[in-house]
Amino acid sequence: MIATAIRYAPLLILAALWEAVTRLGIVPRALLPPLSTVLVALVGMLRDGTLVGNAAQSFMRGAAGLASAIVAGFLLGAGMALRPRFHAVAGPLVQAFYPLPKTALVPLVMIWFGLGDMGKIVLIFLGCLLPVTLSTYNGIRGVDRVLVWSARSLGAAPRALLLEVMLPAALPQILTGLRTATAFAFLLMVASELIIANNGLGYLIGSLGDNGAYPAMYAAIMTVIALGFFADRGFAVLSAYLLRWRG
Amino acid sequence: MSASAAVDGIAIEHLSFAYRSRTGAEVRALDDVSLAVPAASFHALLGPSGCGKSTLLYCIGGFLPVTVGSVRTAQGMVAGPGPERGVVFQNFALFPWKTVRQNVLYGIGKRGTKGEEARQRAQHFIDLVHLTGFEESFPSQLSGGMQQRAALARTLAADPDILLMDEPFGALDAQTRRIMQEELLAIWRQTRKTVVFVTHDVAEAVYLADTISVMSARPGRIRQTIAAGFNRDSDPGIFKRPAFTELVEQIWEMVRAEVDQARGAYAA
Repeated sequence: MIATAIRYAPLLILAALWEAVTRLGIVPRALLPPLSTVLVALVGMLRDGTLVGNAAQSFMRGAAGLASAIVAGFLLGAGMALRPRFHAVAGPLVQAFYPLPKTALVPLVMIWFGLGDMGKIVLIFLGCLLPVTLSTYNGIRGVDRVLVWSARSLGAAPRALLLEVMLPAALPQILTGLRTATAFAFLLMVASELIIANNGLGYLIGSLGDNGAYPAMYAAIMTVIALGFFADRGFAVLSAYLLRWRG
Repeated sequence: MSASAAVDGIAIEHLSFAYRSRTGAEVRALDDVSLAVPAASFHALLGPSGCGKSTLLYCIGGFLPVTVGSVRTAQGMVAGPGPERGVVFQNFALFPWKTVRQNVLYGIGKRGTKGEEARQRAQHFIDLVHLTGFEESFPSQLSGGMQQRAALARTLAADPDILLMDEPFGALDAQTRRIMQEELLAIWRQTRKTVVFVTHDVAEAVYLADTISVMSARPGRIRQTIAAGFNRDSDPGIFKRPAFTELVEQIWEMVRAEVDQARGAYAA
């Protein structure tokens, strides 16, 4: 209890400071509304369904993009690690594409895939693909050959090795890549909705800001932060469970 | 007899093996090795580090491609890994994400046994290597000796005819090693597997094996094959017997000559 309180103490201090500087007029209310008014707006938006509805839209896009990137990234990374010829073709493409900030692709993806959900899902997919690909590639490359030999001499067919040996052995590295990909998914989800959308949390932040509804805008931003925080915590708990075999 | 005919035990004929090092140079690891290991016998491969004894074992295992010469077993020519040839590695090679029970069940499942029968079979081998009570432990929670017991149980449970062991006790402390040697012999007497056991420990080879092949420094050749046969005797004082110590001394002289030669070759 006390440990938890100490851990979250900085947050409480920040909240108190926020309230104080706005109440005392140190920071103009037009720039930063007091925390209490933001919380009032938050409760209002929760009650009338604005937050839940838009969050659901964002979640659908993020989950679809991330899930397809996990599947494709795993297959791509595994193919590169296990097939030298495929690596010769795909390796340079991956290297060239990796440093590109995926937000730069927003206009392009919108032209190709439209202004609706598909364009945003594709953008999230592209952003999340390579972290998964590279972590899978490195993870599988690092699998100790005697693990593979053990499985083979115990009767495993070559095609069983990928899911039965390579995937679990590479899982620690793959999960590191997945964590990065999850953060990218949030980033691209909000960015693409900010630029063009008619629903979603990114859209909500943008439109509330445009209309001068600052307490509500801050409430929407806080929602994104909270969702990101819980996604990361959930991911950490899941990782710890999946990797419970590590000493 | 045709070259692909099956044999009892293991027959290695004119096996040579070379590979390319990272610098691109060709390394001749094995040179014209011929060796016959009768079924149900215990054979030790002994030699200085880098003499190719592990390479020879991996060729029998089917992990390295045999291009010059042949390796045959009761199943015919070796062309890849197979469940009739079980392997125990120096660093255990347990699946770290599986518990002891799940590790032992892996090979049993691959052989087509499932359900309660598989579970009973796994338990039998876990009990055999004295890991009762550690079924649900992950390898990372076990000592080195216990991990090697688990690896041995996993390999035995898949019921191979041949047991290939690559310095299996090399990573263990001296006391654990001694106990594991005794237990391995007890298990071997019960199960009558054909065993090929790689080691650089002369006393270990003399204690465990029916026959011992001393290998030369690279390129690996079999310099001499010697009968030992102390393994038929379960007398714990066997290490002190004059016949035992004399044989250890005699083989050690042979190995020392190879070590010196290898050293000379590196110095040159």
